[in-house]
Amino acid sequence: MSEPGRLLAFLIGIIAFAALNAAYLVWVERKGAGHFQRRIGPKEVGPYGLLQPIADGIKLMTKQLIVPEGADAVLFKMAPIMVMVPAIVSFVTIPFAEGLQARNINIGLLMIFAFASVAVLGILIGGWGSRNKYGVISAARVVSQNIAYEVPMLLTVITVVMITRTFDLNAIVNQQMGGFWHWNVFRLTASPLMPVAFLIFFVCMLAETNRAPFDMAEAESELIAGAFTEYSGMGFGVFFMGEYANIVIGACVATILFLGGWDCPLGFLPGVHWFLIKMYLIIFTVVWVRWTFVRTQFYNLLNLSWKILIPISMFNLILTSALLKVF
Amino acid sequence: MTPLASAEGLTGLVFLFTVAVTVGGATLAACAANLIRAVTGLAIGFLGLAGLFYFLNSPFVALMEILIYVGAVCVALVFGIMLAPPRMDRLARANRNFGAAAALLACGTLFGLVAWVGAATDWPRPASLVNDGSVAAIGKGLLSTYSMVFELISLVLLVAILGALVVARSGRGLPQIRTGAK
Repeated sequence: MSEPGRLLAFLIGIIAFAALNAAYLVWVERKGAGHFQRRIGPKEVGPYGLLQPIADGIKLMTKQLIVPEGADAVLFKMAPIMVMVPAIVSFVTIPFAEGLQARNINIGLLMIFAFASVAVLGILIGGWGSRNKYGVISAARVVSQNIAYEVPMLLTVITVVMITRTFDLNAIVNQQMGGFWHWNVFRLTASPLMPVAFLIFFVCMLAETNRAPFDMAEAESELIAGAFTEYSGMGFGVFFMGEYANIVIGACVATILFLGGWDCPLGFLPGVHWFLIKMYLIIFTVVWVRWTFVRTQFYNLLNLSWKILIPISMFNLILTSALLKVF
Repeated sequence: MTPLASAEGLTGLVFLFTVAVTVGGATLAACAANLIRAVTGLAIGFLGLAGLFYFLNSPFVALMEILIYVGAVCVALVFGIMLAPPRMDRLARANRNFGAAAALLACGTLFGLVAWVGAATDWPRPASLVNDGSVAAIGKGLLSTYSMVFELISLVLLVAILGALVVARSGRGLPQIRTGAK
């Protein structure tokens, strides 16, 4: 296929993948929440409630997008787009399997983090632009949370990059080929703290995507829906899609950096499905954590980052560089 | 004139688009009466600037522009504005007394001079690409030829950290300067 045709196919595929994931992760979330709480979750629309996301989508699309009086209409409408677009752009450089990648960029990892940092601005502007006190409080929380957790996350990623010596996601996966003991999470010779690094990355990913127990942005019981309080219809829907797209991106990056990408653990049936299995396992854990742990207090959340995660990841960075220098 | 459908023509169109985004964002940042809108304009301008860096064959600098300026500086600015008391009425008045004509004249003259220097000077062309603009090349440059810059950056960061410590030293209570006078 010609290069423009291939890119067009990938563009459509990426948008469809992000949208379908958003729709059906909501179903997984609700079904999971139901079973964790000894209910059965959605069951009326379609078998096992499988058509529920479609019904939800139609409902959201038929609703009117109301701009509150006195709100900044331009910023209010721009905010959901600013959350969604960076997530879609980040998919461009993610290698799902050998050759299944829209564009390989030799600094792909950096590109994902650069665009992920824009999404915060979207929530911030949405919260401020809706002229709602809950929204402003939520926006202020989101910023301090994101600044706090971006530091240990980037320190952990720098540790991995120092070991792999490249930002190229394809090359990072190719280094981990051949059995699960080659995966970065088990690469104890490079740094004995690699499993801890993976755990720190996972916690930071939860915080960066505003998931419980760090969902300070919406905190239903305190802030109604936080930054999304005033949004109706697809404005709310796009915010939601952006959130789930960001979770998928985070799970993809965790899979690539620590779990060997599309490498099959036991050496049979290689292919894209191993990538998807690992990715969806991480996403399921994200859902599991949300319905298992209660929301933390805001000070506890900041203390966890500044007093525990940052010192540990800093120590890991120093240890790894020392080991790299010695061996 | 190159035809639009060719590769060069499309590249030119994309270049003009990034220039338009940069200039549009900068105009919004300078002219908006609402501070948050001004910062949003600034963010758009930074995105356009990142596109220009990409055009100059340095994707690393382009991504750093997005990561640092859009993702950190703009977010910090919006955060600062949201914490400050809203005095939008004052600001709108102040913006009107800006002296638009004089500012336009000064900026126009500066732009004209820079453009004239850029166009009229016979710039020496490098015989080959200086380096490939990759992370490795930038890292090597920063730690060997330009190590002075690297040291100065660390000095600036140290000063910033010390300043933050001094500001935050009074703790969570009200600042002593205002309340301690009585």
